[in-house]
Amino acid sequence: METLDITKETTAEKPQPAKVSLSGSQAVLEALIAENVKTVFGYPGGAIMPIYDALYDYKDKLEHILVRHEQGGIHAAQGFARASGEVGVVFATSGPGATNLVTGIADAMIDSTPLVCITGQVFAHLLGTDAFQETDVINITTPVTKWNYQVTEASEIPSVLAKAFYIARSGRPGPVLVDITKNAQVEKFDYKGYIPCNHIRSYLPKPKVRKKFIAEAAKLINEAKKPFVLFGQGIILGEAEKEFQTFIEKAGLPSAFTIMGESAIPSDHPLNVGMLGMHGNYAPNVLTNECDVLIAIGMRFDDRVTGRLDKYAKQAKIIHLDIDPAEIDKNVKTTVPVWGDCKETLPLLTELINKTEHTAWLQRFRDLEQEEIKQVINEELNPSTEIMSMGEVIKVLNKLTNEDAIIVTDVGQHQMVACRYAKFKNSRSNITSGGLGTMGFGLPAAIGAKYGAPERTVVSISGDGGFQMTIQELGTIMQFGADVKILILNNQFLGMVRQWQELFNDRRYSFVNITSPDYITVAKGYGIAGKRIDKREDLESSLQEMLSYKGSYLLEVMVGKENNVFPMVPQGCSVSEIRLK
Amino acid sequence: MNKQEFTISVYTENQIGLLNRIAIMFSRRKINVESLNVSPTEIEGISRFTIVINEAEDVVRKLARQIEKQIEVLKVYYNTNEEVIWQELALYKVPTDVISEKAKVERLLREYGAQAVVIRSDYTVFETVGHREEIDGLLEALAPYGLIEFVRSARVAIIKDSEGFHNKLKEFENREPSEAVIENEFLNKQSEVFTM
Ligand SMILES: Cc1ncc(C[n+]2csc(CCOP(=O)(O)OP(=O)(O)O)c2C)c(N)n1
Repeated sequence: METLDITKETTAEKPQPAKVSLSGSQAVLEALIAENVKTVFGYPGGAIMPIYDALYDYKDKLEHILVRHEQGGIHAAQGFARASGEVGVVFATSGPGATNLVTGIADAMIDSTPLVCITGQVFAHLLGTDAFQETDVINITTPVTKWNYQVTEASEIPSVLAKAFYIARSGRPGPVLVDITKNAQVEKFDYKGYIPCNHIRSYLPKPKVRKKFIAEAAKLINEAKKPFVLFGQGIILGEAEKEFQTFIEKAGLPSAFTIMGESAIPSDHPLNVGMLGMHGNYAPNVLTNECDVLIAIGMRFDDRVTGRLDKYAKQAKIIHLDIDPAEIDKNVKTTVPVWGDCKETLPLLTELINKTEHTAWLQRFRDLEQEEIKQVINEELNPSTEIMSMGEVIKVLNKLTNEDAIIVTDVGQHQMVACRYAKFKNSRSNITSGGLGTMGFGLPAAIGAKYGAPERTVVSISGDGGFQMTIQELGTIMQFGADVKILILNNQFLGMVRQWQELFNDRRYSFVNITSPDYITVAKGYGIAGKRIDKREDLESSLQEMLSYKGSYLLEVMVGKENNVFPMVPQGCSVSEIRLK
Repeated sequence: MNKQEFTISVYTENQIGLLNRIAIMFSRRKINVESLNVSPTEIEGISRFTIVINEAEDVVRKLARQIEKQIEVLKVYYNTNEEVIWQELALYKVPTDVISEKAKVERLLREYGAQAVVIRSDYTVFETVGHREEIDGLLEALAPYGLIEFVRSARVAIIKDSEGFHNKLKEFENREPSEAVIENEFLNKQSEVFTM
């Protein structure tokens, strides 16, 4: 590498290793290369200029995607991480650059997404002086990072970044932020190579597996008449999809997913009984309050999944498998806690459970599913009116993508509809902002997902509200060419809020009426092809055109203005009080 | 569940920023911290937080798990008052003439086991060590006699059946023994760029 300034030093008596003098900025980039990072999303500025200057010499080794807003950058890094399973990396400058990351950091924290965020900071001697673009990003991000650290000396950089990557990806993953003062980026120091971190004495990424609890859990499962599995993103994060499938197949366990766990097993797996949650499927919600043993795996009993807690699965014994000990008993009292990485615990559990089937019990799910099909799904997928529904768009998309695409959604009705109706064959295919519900997540996350899984088709699905929150990232597509298929489901409303106002506020539509620019013209301005349709007869051909188009394409589909997403567990109600209309 | 006083002892790495990270775990849950002490321990580089809160055990247990999850936190213990030996220290500044003139004050000070720390012609500083009620007792008793200033420390507490932290720390250091060091591209060329 031509930028490395290598000086060999030898002493007479004791040979010393040669020193390599590197700047802090070079050490940052060396660390990324050592961690096998290929793509970085970022935006430059004063306090991170030395790193960008060093990047100039690393262009052939590191791909840097210049986003249009730091929020776009971090959502792209999240999309990248979610699609690839690798750590997403984002660069931002101090002050406004760093604060623009905060929404994405919070999103990554609650959805356990591994990220390393590198922010520039003012010179160390200016810290605390209200210097230009100084913000206390460490304290701002403390509640929303798994770990954060401020580097003020160049020599700290290799070890701090090694720690950052280790913490971000190990155990329950999460976002890490490293704030580097400008002097530390500029200073030269004796670089002794990069040593990856694999142990921090105060940090136990995986709790020890306790066989006793595995045995107790197996006993409960073996005695259960109506066992029911809830699975979350833990399966995907733990890369335990196979282990999970083997487990449920051995005992014939009906299994329902959280939106974060969706795609961990194929949608049409005979034991997959659908989606949990406020807008999830009817059967898994109702039968949560009928099962005798509830087995929760890598999920955290979010209130959008449990509804009213004091009426949640009270009749059932509860087994909770989680890597994070703090999740056990946090929301739902556990009968048997199974601490550990599910990649390790699931096979141990599978070994101890009896091979059986629960045919009649599984049939209960299928019967209730028929009810939902009759009352909700049929009309959503095959509307009796001229007006298109969001569900039918997803149905056609499933057919044309062969259920093989990565679907990245924004937040709102379209998100719930996409999660309900999209079909998946492969894991890591449903990328959505689950815990935080961040509007504006969709488009940039889809861009990141495309870099994370370049060989896969990536479809970004947004509402007309959320799309306008990060619409500027069309510029990133224009400049760097990410082949993202952009689908806008335009209902001319902030649909999800409108639905609540209709149902719970007597249709007092307060500021949910949102206008849109001419998206096709906007896309055209960014050099992206596009089309708007409002007739059913154009749907399949237009979706096909979008998917076969070489490069990014924007398709706007005008859908019913006041369609609602059902079923629904109204807030404050029990899951078994789920409404079909 | 009934609220009661709990002493939370947190062993941590000595790291800037950790105080905030721990403090916000309480404020986020709207839990009032009655007392907080942070100090070095018998082991170099390890700090100990002693935090007193009034909460239900269930809340304290969950909180302890959340605190222990923080990267630089080694271990969290929580104990009821019966399970710890604890003390607070207080300093009282009183006009010296009051003590010399009023025999009652002198008796009070002796009764509460107060020790003089500084004696000057204008004021005298006493200290007492004890439980909160004892310290409060003297505070109240001295109030009518022109108490100039009063300050109380946070609680420090020793867990009755703890065997110290040395062995625990060894366990932490040993768990997950490091794998062979994976070296980066640059390091693999060590023999070429470094002379040994
Ligand atoms: C950043 C942010 N602001 C506000 C909200 C609240 N919110 C949730 S859904 C929604 C409406 C979304 O409307 P749109 O993007 O048009 O999607 P639709 O529901 O119509 O599919 C709003 C405002 C949010 N989730 N995120």
